[in-house]
Amino acid sequence: MKGERILLAHGAGGKLSHDLLRELFLPFFNNDILRVLDDSAIIPTEPSKLAFTTDSYVVKPLSFPGGDIGRLAICGTVNDLAMAGARPLGLSASFILEEGFSIEDLEKVLSSMREAAEEAGVMVVAGDTKVVEHGAAEGLYITTTGIGVVPEGVDIRGSKARSGDWIIINGPIGDHEIAVLIARGDFSLQGETKSDCAPLNGLVEAMLKACPDIHCMRDPTRGGLATVLWEIANASGVGVVIEEEKVLIREEVRVVCDLLGFDPYYLANEGKLIAFVPEEETEGLLRMMKAHRLGKGAVVIGRVTAENPGKVLLRTRIGGHRLLDPLSDEQFPRIC
Amino acid sequence: MNPRKRADEGKLAPILLREISGLADPPLRFMEVCGTHTMSIFCSGIRSLLPEGIELISGPGCPVCVTPAGEIDRAIALSQLDGVTLVTFGDLMWVPGSSTSFHQEKAMGGDIRVVLSPLDAVEIAQEEHGRKVIFFAVGFETTSPAIAVAVKEARRRGLVNFYLLSSQRLIPPAMRALLSTGRVRIDGFILPGHVSVIIGRGPYLFIAREFGLPGVITGFEALDILEGIYMLLRQRREGRAEIEIQYRRAVKEEGNQRALEVMGEVFEPVDARWRGLGLIPESGLILREEFAGMDASRAFVIPCEDKADPPGCLCGEILQGLKSPPDCPLFGKRCTPEDPVGPCMVSSEGSCAAYYKYGGGQ
Amino acid sequence: MCLGIPGKIVSISEDHLAEVDFGGVRREVSLLLCPEVEVGGYVLVHVGFAIQRLEKGEALETLKLFKEIEESYLESTQEGG
Repeated sequence: MKGERILLAHGAGGKLSHDLLRELFLPFFNNDILRVLDDSAIIPTEPSKLAFTTDSYVVKPLSFPGGDIGRLAICGTVNDLAMAGARPLGLSASFILEEGFSIEDLEKVLSSMREAAEEAGVMVVAGDTKVVEHGAAEGLYITTTGIGVVPEGVDIRGSKARSGDWIIINGPIGDHEIAVLIARGDFSLQGETKSDCAPLNGLVEAMLKACPDIHCMRDPTRGGLATVLWEIANASGVGVVIEEEKVLIREEVRVVCDLLGFDPYYLANEGKLIAFVPEEETEGLLRMMKAHRLGKGAVVIGRVTAENPGKVLLRTRIGGHRLLDPLSDEQFPRIC
Repeated sequence: MNPRKRADEGKLAPILLREISGLADPPLRFMEVCGTHTMSIFCSGIRSLLPEGIELISGPGCPVCVTPAGEIDRAIALSQLDGVTLVTFGDLMWVPGSSTSFHQEKAMGGDIRVVLSPLDAVEIAQEEHGRKVIFFAVGFETTSPAIAVAVKEARRRGLVNFYLLSSQRLIPPAMRALLSTGRVRIDGFILPGHVSVIIGRGPYLFIAREFGLPGVITGFEALDILEGIYMLLRQRREGRAEIEIQYRRAVKEEGNQRALEVMGEVFEPVDARWRGLGLIPESGLILREEFAGMDASRAFVIPCEDKADPPGCLCGEILQGLKSPPDCPLFGKRCTPEDPVGPCMVSSEGSCAAYYKYGGGQ
Repeated sequence: MCLGIPGKIVSISEDHLAEVDFGGVRREVSLLLCPEVEVGGYVLVHVGFAIQRLEKGEALETLKLFKEIEESYLESTQEGG
């Protein structure tokens, strides 16, 4: 199918749809469950808690340093499952393709989906494609849905943060959003920043081994670190204090923020997690995280307090305090 | 700022704060004129560290905040004309006019584009030669020379579809107006670093000579601002009222002559209306006669009438340092960053937004 | 009111444009407002324009001031105690 282009007919449900599915999609996600190609995937499971999540991906450009829309679509949904402590069982992937989209580019996206899925140890077991007229979409949109099993004894929720908990993050913030921004070329910036896009389920599995009693976990995607901390502070009715000094921000990320007037605490990440854990478990957990490829930068960035419920305070490098509110609007580049 | 200097911040700030405490004879009110200072003060938490009785109040130095709603309305009305592409800085996207904002107009299909540099607006005009490209420019002296270069560049390229809607303003006349009201009690000024890179020290001398107040041209890092405050306190302690430069690494005594020349070639001062401060003589900039053909306010009939600022909104008094954001009955209730009423809540450097986001909204 | 950030000039082309490095991120910057600069020098950049040369020696001034304060403080505490 090399060199061909997506036609409206590829989404019409007829022969071409089948060809697309069998010849292009299936080879990438070939497995016993998907191969049946029934209306619904049947997944054998034991009596347990299932985690179930879905997300759509509309990133522009489709490809950027460190990833592309395909990798994002796998990692994003795997990470949403992982944040509940769930082991992913299977994903579905739904594609909206623009008429005229190149098959070769689609193949690249599928290939990186396969790669990310292998990295995460998860299978794409169901899917769908639709084609819309040229101009009605920007190339390609993907929606992925995932289900996973929550292991016995694991109960991670945004409302479980307790005064005294320590807050851990697994590395520097802002890389994903800045990598995409630079790749989009909007402000004629050039740089080497790579997206942190990665499946976090392996890291979470290791973390749960060290500390099954993780209270809360979130991946700070859109809205950034500030927004997820605020969500947890509110869901749990506790205060959060973060040390500016401990939150790592790469120099390039900081500089782009300075140039455009962005605030790094609101930038999207795709391979970061924050965990709220009991103080006495923190040291062991950090040791376990640092041993994992995606947890090398793990660090305690703050703690939970009984004071100031619902508020997130950033203790600045000079010892002052700044309030971190949730992201209220899209960040536009500023001159002031 | 390099990482090494950041590490120094934590070490050096306490020393400077101790010196500030030693020199302070409260109560004192210093005004930071510039919105970027306001932001930096909130982001570094300086207010929470200063000794009791030293109050920092925010002045009229945020171009979004001082632009009257009527001017936003006019620009929005222009963006709705057939064949018009409106180009502006991202700062303005969320600013409410009297009924809508650029952001909403864009969502409805308006051709509204955000640029980082005025030269990008010229590029857009070149690419979109079938459309009329109007650059709605706000800014103070820091930005005006760059806008002037863009205007000259559009002329050099012979573009006939590039227009400028100027909403630029000048800082020293506004400070004179503010001081002349006699209503504001201020003990010294933290003067804007980047405006001063262009205009130098001279234009502020009247503050010391005529009003007997000290001023320090200050940089934007937390340490710069602390040092600026320290220098103000030292002047007071020594009984001096002078205009000093803390931000020496960037600000020259005479400013940037080249930039001032270009600005003077293209623009001339004009009386301008400021939100909260009213009409201030020679405090705005319009295109000189020889560039009149590019002036959007002359080239287009603007179907829009002036409307009053929203009722109940205290932005005007807040900009003069007479009220603080929590004094406003709308603050945090009817007026929030998600749904702003006044411009001080829109601009992220506006005092209301800064108070709400970083200083503890109600 | 005006964001301005320092960057290092990497190269200068004939039409008064420079490639400027901001801690690993690069952008083209106009030198029309600040023509007397050299490759390797630092400039302050606002809305895509260099608006001033930055003096390296003076950049350290603030730090020098702090060191002086610190030394005088240490001396005074030693005298006192």
